[in-house]
Amino acid sequence: MKKKKKENVIRLTVGSVVDRPGSTVKNKTGGWRSFRPVFDSEKCRKCGMCWQFCPDNAIKKNKKGEFVVDYDYCKGCGICAKHCPFKAIKMVKEEK
Amino acid sequence: MKNIVQASEAVAIAVKLCSPGVIPIYPITPQTVIVERIADFVNDGELNAELIHTESEHSSISAALGAQAAGVRTFTATASQGLALMHEVLFIVSGMRMPVVMAVANRALSAPINIWNDHQDSVSERDSGWIQLYVESAQEALDTVIQGFRIGENKDVLLPAMVCLDGFTLSHVYEPVEIPSKKEVERFLPRFRPAYTLDPKKPVTMGAIGFPDTYMEFRSEVQKAMLRSSAIIKKTNSDFRKSFKRGYGNGLIEGYRISDADYAIMAMGTVCGTARVVVDELRKNGIKAGLIKVKAFRPFPSAEILAAAKGLKGIAVIDRNISLGYEGALCSELRSLFYSRKGPVIKGYIAGLGGRDITPAHLKKAIKNIGKKGTEWLF
Repeated sequence: MKKKKKENVIRLTVGSVVDRPGSTVKNKTGGWRSFRPVFDSEKCRKCGMCWQFCPDNAIKKNKKGEFVVDYDYCKGCGICAKHCPFKAIKMVKEEK
Repeated sequence: MKNIVQASEAVAIAVKLCSPGVIPIYPITPQTVIVERIADFVNDGELNAELIHTESEHSSISAALGAQAAGVRTFTATASQGLALMHEVLFIVSGMRMPVVMAVANRALSAPINIWNDHQDSVSERDSGWIQLYVESAQEALDTVIQGFRIGENKDVLLPAMVCLDGFTLSHVYEPVEIPSKKEVERFLPRFRPAYTLDPKKPVTMGAIGFPDTYMEFRSEVQKAMLRSSAIIKKTNSDFRKSFKRGYGNGLIEGYRISDADYAIMAMGTVCGTARVVVDELRKNGIKAGLIKVKAFRPFPSAEILAAAKGLKGIAVIDRNISLGYEGALCSELRSLFYSRKGPVIKGYIAGLGGRDITPAHLKKAIKNIGKKGTEWLF
């Protein structure tokens, strides 16, 4: 119980500076998504445009050289789908 | 060394003596001479600073914020519409606790367009979290810029400060000014040590979101710093007096023949000079008059005003601004201060808008009409 209380204490840094880097990794923003990008592996030519344009660094390249979405952080903005030259990314409505 | 200089030049000289590293500028009347002189100093190699010519005042204050975040002392200056354009960034500068110092050559706001003096521009930024210091003379302008850096950069404060000087009425007036040496200023003003800096080797996030569970806590920190700054302003003024043999009241307010006065004029800026003369004249005619010059509008010097107003029968508040739909801003503050306290009659006057002269006759009338109800305009 005591330990939990400590976690809730706000660190009032001067000017609300976040002085412990990497805090955005802990803050999973995938829950904001209303549309999810779904890749069509048939159409994808692995050009990496989606990876380059993703504003959240939520598209990763796996060992096979395929581009995959990290749904923990993808907010579903659709920029990847917009920029894909082969229309290999579809934005599908999230069912909740 | 005593020189005859314009108040704008006195501000520029003070800036040179304080050696800021970055000075983003955008000219606007009547502030232009300040930034022109600073540009001269940089051009002539007298001041080693990065002068940034921005495309607007919004960019100037944003550049100042960025430079200050990188850990360097920063100065800028503006007036009127320029200050209004800075509005949203002013709150960010104070919220991020960046002790930028900015000279405001006070000027009316449009419409109708008007380039002359009143306090509407800076008074409208009352709630922006900036310390506001109003000055009366070129000497005070120079001294207050130096003090502004020391107050703002104090680790218990870390807030930006506006040094407000009346446009034209002061900014373009030549006065004898005692110019301290660089060594004296360096002794008085220690090196700026920021709480955090933008440094790739030690990454931090500045200006991050404050969710509903933290926003209020951070805002209350700004308020606490603002309240703490009162004592720092007083201490800075008294330290300044020790070092340079001159000071301005207690740093927050200055009284003139106030201790035994029955009636007082309360005002900010150059009109206090006229008020001193009027006080002397009224006293010759048997009216015990005095002056309370409010130098710090924010933080508001409540305790100091209460102490100065002890024994007064009436206060005539001269506002060079108007909160349209109510009354002058300084008058409102004073009424609020005396609410549910026994105190003097408070009478508000709107005067000197858009460069209209405030004459001794106006101020005598202000004292004479103290008992009358309602806010009066001194045309």
